[in-house]
Amino acid sequence: MIPAIVVFLYLAVVLYIGIFAFRKAKGKEEAEDYFLASRSLGPFVFLFSLFGTNMTAFAILGSSGHAFNNGIVTYGLMASSSGLVIPLTLFFIGTRVWALGKRHGFMTPVQMFRDRWECRHIGTVICVVQSVLLVPYIVIGIMGGGTTLNVISGGLVPYWFGGAIVALVVMGYVFFGGMRGTAWVNTFQTILFLLFGAIAIVVIGAGMGGFRTATNAMLASPALAPLLTRERISPYYFFSYTFIPLSAIAFPHILIFCLTAEKMRHFKKTVIFYPLCILAIWLPCVFLGVMANRVTDIPEIRAKQEARRVLATQGKTMAPEARDELREQSSADDVIMLLLQRYAPVWLAGILGAGIMAAVMASDSQILALSTMFTEDIFAFYGHKDRFGEAVQVFTGRLFIVLITIVAYAVALRAPETIFELAIQYAFSGFAALSPLLVAALFWKRSTKWGALAATLWTAAAVIAVAIFQAVVPAPAPGPSVVFGTVGNWEVLSRTPGGTAIFGFMPVVPMVIISALLMWLVSLMTSKPRQITIAKYF
Amino acid sequence: MKRIVLGIAVVALYILHQDYWNWRTAHPLVFGFIPIGLFYHGAFSIAASLLMWTLVRYAWPAHLDVEHQESEEDAPL
Repeated sequence: MIPAIVVFLYLAVVLYIGIFAFRKAKGKEEAEDYFLASRSLGPFVFLFSLFGTNMTAFAILGSSGHAFNNGIVTYGLMASSSGLVIPLTLFFIGTRVWALGKRHGFMTPVQMFRDRWECRHIGTVICVVQSVLLVPYIVIGIMGGGTTLNVISGGLVPYWFGGAIVALVVMGYVFFGGMRGTAWVNTFQTILFLLFGAIAIVVIGAGMGGFRTATNAMLASPALAPLLTRERISPYYFFSYTFIPLSAIAFPHILIFCLTAEKMRHFKKTVIFYPLCILAIWLPCVFLGVMANRVTDIPEIRAKQEARRVLATQGKTMAPEARDELREQSSADDVIMLLLQRYAPVWLAGILGAGIMAAVMASDSQILALSTMFTEDIFAFYGHKDRFGEAVQVFTGRLFIVLITIVAYAVALRAPETIFELAIQYAFSGFAALSPLLVAALFWKRSTKWGALAATLWTAAAVIAVAIFQAVVPAPAPGPSVVFGTVGNWEVLSRTPGGTAIFGFMPVVPMVIISALLMWLVSLMTSKPRQITIAKYF
Repeated sequence: MKRIVLGIAVVALYILHQDYWNWRTAHPLVFGFIPIGLFYHGAFSIAASLLMWTLVRYAWPAHLDVEHQESEEDAPL
């Protein structure tokens, strides 16, 4: 129970930070102050809050859970590719968006798109698609919070209640503190979970009697040795993952965060240290997730391994529902907390649990981004700001925060997918496919609103198509995929145990390529914006 | 020339992410316990950071910042 108390204390601290930010902003009712902290973040807060907001529940929970079942490949799949692609996008796109925001007063990406391409309702379509894709990301935080509190309290705090507490705390400090509160909390949280990785690996390593023995024992086991290589992973699948980090810069909350830096030079530290921050968090979590397979005295871990074994050996003869149930049982998002409970002293488990909470509560800026988009791109754009004033706009933004949190919580209670799968399959692939919009807007004079509309509608259609396909065709047992059509040796479309493959690649690859092609072709076929508009950008 | 060299460095690092040569082996174990495939990608993250430092040092889009300063200076008081 002590770890749970420490975590509750932590939750109280972050709530207080939000309220403190609210007091500091007292008297300021401007939208730019509430939603962008008056574009005043310094280099330290900018780095840690931008990084923190991009690290969701799966940075700790999902990564170790994925590594438990898939091995060391997890780091190369998501972490090292993100460490290259995300800073590059911040360098090339983030700095430009910051400069344009400072010059023209943009507060959301859609405001920039509307101005850049001289459009109105097409901007609304982009806003709606972005918002729908962002909700799963918020759900991740609530699911992670429910799982964490449930495990840390030894089951005393049920999943639904833990999720509710996390949702309320996040809603509280976003509601009161706006961007300033969110950035401060994110900075505090990032420091916590940067410390988490180093402490966790030392404590758990010592508890397990050192990793050398565990690694050698895994290598000697035919069932576990493949987890230390990538032999079970297709190189096409591995390559596909390098497209996923393109989503980061297309996420509205990341772009909005780019607008909060006081000076452009604050980006310098962020792009340089971003890969190192990823290393500090992901490497220990992935390694510990893999090593958990050697733990024999934690019954919950044994049960997960047994479910995985049954799925692999008997899954082909089972009904899809039975396979799904086994997948649920082998899901390992709580594996790192089980390790902490077993190997860390009680007080330390509490502090480390707070570090985990810090990661799972990264949904704050997504909630704030949705609120910013609603109030700026819908409320203000359709004339309500002029009619009711800026104070009512900020109030509406706060009301929206409450509503969106309730919706996300309701979804989190019903969603059966693991944290990792849910995030990857919907939000990340969709936003990666929207990234050509940014590239076209900032680097290609000839791009048009119709090209942007085509790419956006394609993204929405592709995400829906993948979701329907995976709902209609049940996931097969581990092993060969269910194939729909071949061209030579290539499988055109296949349902894999983990999702969908198109010509062996994850759907994100054709989604991004076709989105870029549509942007290009449709733009060439339609009239470009007026020269006076283009001159503002180039 | 500087841009070309930096562009090649970015593309080269992206290609190096796909390390086929470590695909099917865990050996050598770095420090006696880290599989080479994991160590390689840890080192890749450090290389990415060094690349970012190089980009910041030699290709920083300062013109964007200068433009902003100029537009502020041009603005009426």
